Amino acid sequence: MQKIGVFVCWCGSNIATTVDVAQVVAAVKTIPNVAFAADYKYMCSEGGQELIHKAVQDYQLDRIVVCSCSPRMHEATFRNCAEQVGINPYLVEIANIREQCSWIIKDRAQATAKAIQLAKAAIAKVRFNTPLTPGESKVVKRALVIGGGIAGIQAALDIAEAGYKVDIVERQPAIGGRMAQLDKTFPTLDCSACILTPKMMDAANHPNIKLYTYSEVEAVSGFVGNFEVKIRQKARSVDAKRCTGCGICTEKCPSRKTSSEFELGLKTRGAIYIPFSQALPKVPVIDREHCLKFQTGKCGICSKVCPAECIDYTQQDEIITEHYGAIVAATGFDLLPLDKFGEYGYQDSPDVITSLEFERLTNATGPTEGHLVCPSTGKEPKSVIIVSCVGSRDTSGRGKTYCSKICCMYNAKQAMYIREKYPQIDVTVFYIDVRTPGKAFDEFYRRAVEEFNVHYIKGQVGKVLKDARGGLTVFASDLLSDKHLMLHADMVILATAVKPAAGARKLATMLTASMDNDDFFTEAHPKLRPVESPTAGIFLAGMCQGPKDIPETVSQAGAAAVKVVGLLAKDKLRTNPCVAHCQENICSGCLACEKVCPYGAITAETKTVINLAGVKEQRTVAVVNQTLCQGCGACTVACPAAAMDLKGFSNQEILAEVDALC
Amino acid sequence: MLYNYYPGCTLSTKAKALDQAARACAAKLGFPLVELPEWQCCGAVYPLAPDAIAERLGAARALISARDKGGVLVTLCSACHHVLKRVNDDLARDEEIRNKVNAYLEVKEPYQGETKVLHFLEVLRDQVGFAKLAQLVTHPLTGRKIGAYYGCMLLRPSKVLAFDDPENPQLLENFLQALGATPVRYGMRNECCTGYMAVTNPGLCKQMVGEILRSARDEEAQALITACPLCRYNLVANAAPEQKVPVYYFTELLAQALGLQTEAAPVQAGGEG
Repeated sequence: MQKIGVFVCWCGSNIATTVDVAQVVAAVKTIPNVAFAADYKYMCSEGGQELIHKAVQDYQLDRIVVCSCSPRMHEATFRNCAEQVGINPYLVEIANIREQCSWIIKDRAQATAKAIQLAKAAIAKVRFNTPLTPGESKVVKRALVIGGGIAGIQAALDIAEAGYKVDIVERQPAIGGRMAQLDKTFPTLDCSACILTPKMMDAANHPNIKLYTYSEVEAVSGFVGNFEVKIRQKARSVDAKRCTGCGICTEKCPSRKTSSEFELGLKTRGAIYIPFSQALPKVPVIDREHCLKFQTGKCGICSKVCPAECIDYTQQDEIITEHYGAIVAATGFDLLPLDKFGEYGYQDSPDVITSLEFERLTNATGPTEGHLVCPSTGKEPKSVIIVSCVGSRDTSGRGKTYCSKICCMYNAKQAMYIREKYPQIDVTVFYIDVRTPGKAFDEFYRRAVEEFNVHYIKGQVGKVLKDARGGLTVFASDLLSDKHLMLHADMVILATAVKPAAGARKLATMLTASMDNDDFFTEAHPKLRPVESPTAGIFLAGMCQGPKDIPETVSQAGAAAVKVVGLLAKDKLRTNPCVAHCQENICSGCLACEKVCPYGAITAETKTVINLAGVKEQRTVAVVNQTLCQGCGACTVACPAAAMDLKGFSNQEILAEVDALC
Repeated sequence: MLYNYYPGCTLSTKAKALDQAARACAAKLGFPLVELPEWQCCGAVYPLAPDAIAERLGAARALISARDKGGVLVTLCSACHHVLKRVNDDLARDEEIRNKVNAYLEVKEPYQGETKVLHFLEVLRDQVGFAKLAQLVTHPLTGRKIGAYYGCMLLRPSKVLAFDDPENPQLLENFLQALGATPVRYGMRNECCTGYMAVTNPGLCKQMVGEILRSARDEEAQALITACPLCRYNLVANAAPEQKVPVYYFTELLAQALGLQTEAAPVQAGGEG
């Protein structure tokens, strides 16, 4: 006869305040096969686990039900606890009476009744549980980092330094990302390129790092420890091995009208181009859409002038297949498009710019060589207005509800930068709130106000109009003095909301990693597992997980790298034994299961099986690859004959739970 | 489709040009307007207090009457359009307002916002289509540089009125294009003329009108069009002498382009609304 032990946790006051735990114990004691039941203040604590151990020994228990918090929290704890006293960990069931009961029900009688129901369901299920043994899978000792900005570079460097091979896939022709576009960085005002370029060099030269630039992830299969990734290396039309990066081709290219992506459209580039002067690798790429040779068949100047003879118009995209034990998503951010924000006049006047465009305008390698001038006139502005929260903290549905987090600091940085270099320029910042938490951050903002005389006005800008007499008219409200303002400015800088980089959702789908409504990757736990995706083996770094500045991004990238190294340090991983299997005597071979399997774990096989009548016959049945199966259960629902079953969640176990509830 | 028509008070008195041109054009364009019998004033100003029920009844009666007749409810005046759409939205979404209005009016079949309210311009855009309209124009306004003045009541609140992008509206410019004119896009086209504040704060009204006209003239608009009698009044009566430009109702220019003569048209440039 089975002997089930039921252990009811108080979780301090979390459960015990609304659930009468003593009543739960009394109720479950009357259920057949329950040989022991008790409650305890913290069942997960050492004392609680000792209580379980002792009860198992005293009452010869063979199955355990713990009524406590969510299994996501402590299932592993109680499984280990059971294993220590010789009970198979899969003979443990958790009844979640905290998240699904005490936390959501206020009425004590109601909550207690529900807790008893949940306990009964778990007891009904555990009767049918069978001992399961996890298998093992090998760990490929190589990591993939998707995105070659500061997050990806830092994560790759840390993984490489720990002694593991790591590949960076970057879709742009060069690594560097957004940070390479910035002029200076807060709160120390050091030059962005000066601190980034050495890291780019380190990544490019590290023996353990391989760069795939101008490349994109095309497909991902497999699972933690052994992902198979297809990488599309787009044709550069330049032989990267022979190219010396001299740049003659980029100078001589006659097609000059394409707007430069790196310069955010503030400058044009040739059809063959190197995105920026410190680009790594310093190898040009031909933008075939704008290349005369590709479009008309004429030209070919780059090929004629190239001293290394490395222009190759016949180059094709290449698909590289590689295996990885772990993947870091570090895909970064874009700015919110401003087409729904007509009031700021971004589309109407070239002198209304985004903060990122401003970075290019003040950068010595930028389109104006660092001279701050109005794009419309080429003249230095007399007054600049900075608008905060453009598209951030927006409840109108046009923008994003979240705070983009970095803008308050870079507004102060840009304002100070202007005032320092051009003291004659008047700078005003409109804000909803100024948010500057962070080491040396508030001091930085105060310097902008107190030392650099930047005007800060609490209130929002309602309209920016091009003035026919030159410059811009800005309508705004000053909330502290309750006044409507109509100001003149020569330049308006919009602190535009950040959003995850284009294509992040497509990548998340490939990785089966979850995302929130704003397309930021979600972490496995917001506090305790902030750099891991809920999908095993997928780690997160930088803006792809949420708005953050450079110091935070670098910290997160380092943390993600440690998690990757921790995984790669293992030779083998325990696999989840809760996988699907096919009862071949019932299977009709319809393969409805194969169509719904997201992991490609099900295939058809012709076999000799004994049918329900007990007769041997040759027919097609579904076969589950137990290594590929992730136990999602989609096949068990799709199977019309209920031939597909999931270990640990069998049809019989689930139905027993349902029966106990209804 | 039955196009029930709600003219509103101003169109029956001071803004006859807007009304008469509209009726003639609608007939010509294949959507004859059928005036609702016994309509009452919409209230002119949307009541912001949620418990102001009596102030919503005029609009509610029109909406219910249109529902009972079948078809849509077409209106022209920006203020009527604003009030009718917002009250309709209240009756569709706010249970308390809906119950009180239905109980007070003793409606047999309770009204729940079923009537589709359309501005005349929406009918032109969505049912006739500007491409089709351009084909029907017999007297194109070629070479005339005209600015569209939207004001605020046509556009806001944009989620409820669902008329056009409130920050970057296109409808009237596309309309002008269909008539063969050259639309002049200017920054202040969707700013408020101050409405009734012309009475309580004439200084502010003159200032705003000044800004609107300056913006339009800077972009070389020779005339303006509007859908709103009050906007037209403010833009004409509160304009500084050196800034005056002719302000037409959009239906007047439509009638002209379609070659229609109406009783009130042509209106004297810059005349009283």
